[in-house]
Amino acid sequence: MSIALTRPTASRLGLRWLWVTPLVLVTALIAGTAIGETPIPVDTILKVLANQLLGADYAVDRIDAGIIWNYRLSRAVVAACCGTSLALAGVVLQALLRNPLADPYLMGISAGASTGAVAVAVAGLGAGALSLSLGAFVGALLAFGIVVMLAHAANSGVGGGRGVQAAGAIILAGIAGSQLFNALTAFIITKSASAEQARGIMFWLMGNLSGVRWADVSLAVPAALFGLLVCLWHRRSLDAFTFGVDSAASMGIAVRPVRGMLIIAMALVTAVMVSIVGAIGFVGLVIPHAMRFIVGSRHTRLVPATALAGAVFLIGSDILSRVLVSGQVLPIGVITSLIGAPAFALILVRGKRS
Amino acid sequence: MRLSAEQLAWSVHGTSLLTDVNLTVEPGQTFGLVGPNGSGKTSLLRLLAGLNKPKAGRVLIDHQPMHTLKQRAIAQSIALVEQQADTTDRITVRQVVSLGRTPFLSALRPWSKEDDAIVIQALRDVDMVHMTDRLWHTLSGGERQRVHIARALAQQPKILLLDEPTNHLDIRHQLSILELVRQLPITVMISLHDLNHAMECDRIGVMDGGRLIDSGLPQEVLTAARLRQTFGVHAHVVDDPVDGKQIMRFRNSV
Repeated sequence: MSIALTRPTASRLGLRWLWVTPLVLVTALIAGTAIGETPIPVDTILKVLANQLLGADYAVDRIDAGIIWNYRLSRAVVAACCGTSLALAGVVLQALLRNPLADPYLMGISAGASTGAVAVAVAGLGAGALSLSLGAFVGALLAFGIVVMLAHAANSGVGGGRGVQAAGAIILAGIAGSQLFNALTAFIITKSASAEQARGIMFWLMGNLSGVRWADVSLAVPAALFGLLVCLWHRRSLDAFTFGVDSAASMGIAVRPVRGMLIIAMALVTAVMVSIVGAIGFVGLVIPHAMRFIVGSRHTRLVPATALAGAVFLIGSDILSRVLVSGQVLPIGVITSLIGAPAFALILVRGKRS
Repeated sequence: MRLSAEQLAWSVHGTSLLTDVNLTVEPGQTFGLVGPNGSGKTSLLRLLAGLNKPKAGRVLIDHQPMHTLKQRAIAQSIALVEQQADTTDRITVRQVVSLGRTPFLSALRPWSKEDDAIVIQALRDVDMVHMTDRLWHTLSGGERQRVHIARALAQQPKILLLDEPTNHLDIRHQLSILELVRQLPITVMISLHDLNHAMECDRIGVMDGGRLIDSGLPQEVLTAARLRQTFGVHAHVVDDPVDGKQIMRFRNSV
């Protein structure tokens, strides 16, 4: 652990860097709008923004304006919200479950949300009364409940092993849960969807921002802000879990309600994102760990840093997904997994060594 | 603050771990809890700290039933040092001790200079102030234990519960922690394996098979008969020529 000793302590960094967050976020959003099959100059983007937001009257190419406003900007905003939400869900799950591998994707939450959304969209569950997001939310909670129960059963089977055994059990339970819900999704699609529907859904399931419009923004932005506020409000509670549940309780945290509320909030936020863009993997795993390495593990710093980095990471992944193969758009889940899987391996190996 | 237990009982999966425990620790007293492995010391401390709800009976803090208090209110009065609590987080000693201020902080009451001062004083009390900026995973077992005690002290508790706090400590720090605990002007309950250390408490209680089988002044409780019966050892008492205090030597009963 010589790296750990030589690096400057994060506490010296303070919170002074916070003021750059909006700046970085805006820069990323503009980059996400400018870069693509048709590169668009930044001044054109600023003109379109001024026209749309401030009622200015700059002369801009109609097609450029359309691409910027109706296609790329909404897409970048949703990518940012999605990145923030998934990364924060990772932070919360890792803190509460005391498990470095906890993440909405690995824990089956995303798989459950997909099943819920597909059940509503394809099988017509709830006969139109249920929205996609609500279906996804129910699926997410159901999946997480099953995963936790399975992990709990596995642990009491080996004699209530806390620590290492618990860490392993919940990940294995997550795999089982994900497989189960992915199978359910495939079953629903095969049974009820037409061939064309099936193709669209399969593409969406891998994480896809192509269909995103402003209507999605009005759902994604409040959800992401809600997730961020919940995490910031409970930053000290999240810290108190550092030495586990009992230690948190002895420091005055009402463990059951606080933990339940935080997990339900994160499942809700994840479900909203999955219902818009599908299941995007590894964001919740990679970003929190990278940020812990840079700003330390105290949530007062970790939460804002993770929220920003998640947003920037997903905007960046979206740009990559559009320019990597010319003339084609890759599902964004492919990009995040290509980056995330090696990072996952790194965490496994490092965790083993310490 | 006065801490008392009335007919406490606790069980897990149908196995009874505590039965009918009654005790009172007067304000400012240091109460030593002794007993063989598995006699229920940790279970009792957990109930008294409010980590588990008793299956029967109740815990009183200054005559107020604990179950009527919020977790946060309990933590503002009672601090617990667990036997084993570890983390994989990259976290400094100062950050660990700062966690002790959690029950007093909120969105309306942010971290202040006063909290900083309390944290440093707690580190001074356990002789860890020179390691304030060290990372947790670079500490030895004994150093971690002392940081945990500092974390509990930073809670400024009126009642301090310690579960075998001298485990992992070298002899010098065993003595200094016990000395510190005795000098604190607060109510303390401490479980101990070293019976000679227990002799230094104001009162002690003996646990066996989930029951509190005896309690009182140390020399009245830790008799030769009690040691043979509960701990299965022969003891004889020797006078220390330096300070005239009594020390016990133990042999297996054959």
